[in-house]
Amino acid sequence: MQAANKSINYQNLFIYLLAFTSGFSIMCVELLAGRILAPFFGSSVHIWGSIITVFMLSLSFGYLLGGKFSTQSASLTRYGAIFIIAGITLLPIATSSTWLMEGIFLAIEDSRYGSLLASTLLFFIPTVILGMLSPYSVRLLVKNSNESGQVAGRLYFVATLGSALGTIITSFYLVLWFDINTIVITVSLVLSLLGITTILLANSHPNFHKSNVQRDIRHA
Amino acid sequence: MPNSITKLSLCLYVFMAVFISNNAMAKVIHSERSLYSNILVEDKGDLRCLKFNVKSRNTRQTCLFKSQPKQLAFNYTKQLLSSLLVNPEPKRILIIGLGGGTMSNTLHQLLPDSQIDNVEIDQSVIKVARQYFGFLENEQIKTYSQDGRVFVKRALLKKQEYDWIILDAFNGDYIPEHLMTKEFLEELKGLLSQEGILTANTFSSSKLYPYESATYKAVFGDFYQVTNQDNNNRIILARNNGLELASIKVQAKQNEDFEKLAAELLAIGVDVKQLYKDVKSTAINQDWPNDSPILTDQFSPANLLNIDTD
Repeated sequence: MQAANKSINYQNLFIYLLAFTSGFSIMCVELLAGRILAPFFGSSVHIWGSIITVFMLSLSFGYLLGGKFSTQSASLTRYGAIFIIAGITLLPIATSSTWLMEGIFLAIEDSRYGSLLASTLLFFIPTVILGMLSPYSVRLLVKNSNESGQVAGRLYFVATLGSALGTIITSFYLVLWFDINTIVITVSLVLSLLGITTILLANSHPNFHKSNVQRDIRHA
Repeated sequence: MPNSITKLSLCLYVFMAVFISNNAMAKVIHSERSLYSNILVEDKGDLRCLKFNVKSRNTRQTCLFKSQPKQLAFNYTKQLLSSLLVNPEPKRILIIGLGGGTMSNTLHQLLPDSQIDNVEIDQSVIKVARQYFGFLENEQIKTYSQDGRVFVKRALLKKQEYDWIILDAFNGDYIPEHLMTKEFLEELKGLLSQEGILTANTFSSSKLYPYESATYKAVFGDFYQVTNQDNNNRIILARNNGLELASIKVQAKQNEDFEKLAAELLAIGVDVKQLYKDVKSTAINQDWPNDSPILTDQFSPANLLNIDTD
């Protein structure tokens, strides 16, 4: 029993680490968004308006979707898959943003709506998927209803701490050391690799999920 | 007792003196917080200045003499006019970064037939220029409240051309990083006519210097730098079709027209001979290392580089 508890704690730590990384990635990309859009839409205040709107909107949908998704046979494997998908959907920001923004620039004269459309096309999908991770993490961490608030609180703490660090490290240092595309691709790779690791871990510890279920029953 | 009264009155006197002289030195006649900066209009005797973000030590400003609004009060604006030594008659002029609009006014007075387009991101700056600096607009002088980069991209689409582009969008505290990249300079180059000239008011004393210089060189090849000891501005003067080494000197010998230009410039406080002395070609003395990295849309930490002065 003691050993089982320890292995569960280890898994939980890993989930917190993943939540931290997703928080970090969201704000890192959001900060770069301003730089990505500037060559086509400038750096007027409304550019940040577009970016923040799109990020908030997509996070809100992500929370909704992630919560819903977590009710249907939640597993660490599926959780890992979300990370991989998040990583993949970030890639077009590096590979296709230029021609996409060129097209929008030609089609829409008003830079308010141009930047809104551009940030929607570039950032909506990856941010929805990154947003899904928070409620899904809560689902994997919560063992009984009594501790659910504490677990959610801890998760928000870790994820938001990740966001804070993602913001400051990107704006203070990363942009000074690397190209924007290098940073985006690295974030995408890190998320995908973490996803793959999660899936491998889940499959090498098949007892993990079972022990969860057992505990649930015991508490009930 | 009498001693303390003397002390008190002395204190009061000093206090009053400081208060009065301060009042006479600078009087804030307008201040507002716009979306982009704190705008301040100050009167110092005959001098009226537009300042952004007061407390910064390297704040840039536009000033004019109220009694002689046609005189150029600031060194760097005079340095920008060095472009006229290369091409005395630009027909279409683009000014990015309005300030008080004094550059536009001066150029209209010197070149009454030329078209001038002003681009300024901050609507409040345009308003202040009109209200406090007599910024003139008419059939030939237009103002666009837009981000400089967006204006340039749109102008390229419309296949517009300019004989002279003045880039003066850096107010000292915050650098719009997308206006300093190789891609942006290429777009500006694309807007220039065959003989077109770009003059840019840039930085001369921070880690940014070699980066910025290398970026201009990557796009335009060698260029002229206009500097003098009195201020830490550097004007970059780049030509669309590259530097002909002697072009400035050649122009200098073109007698009649040139004499006329020199007289006109003198009337607004610009000494052409001094201006010549301040112009140096980077082909002859390049004061940054050859391997300096260039700024691109992918890599443009201009504000971070500008923090460290050395």
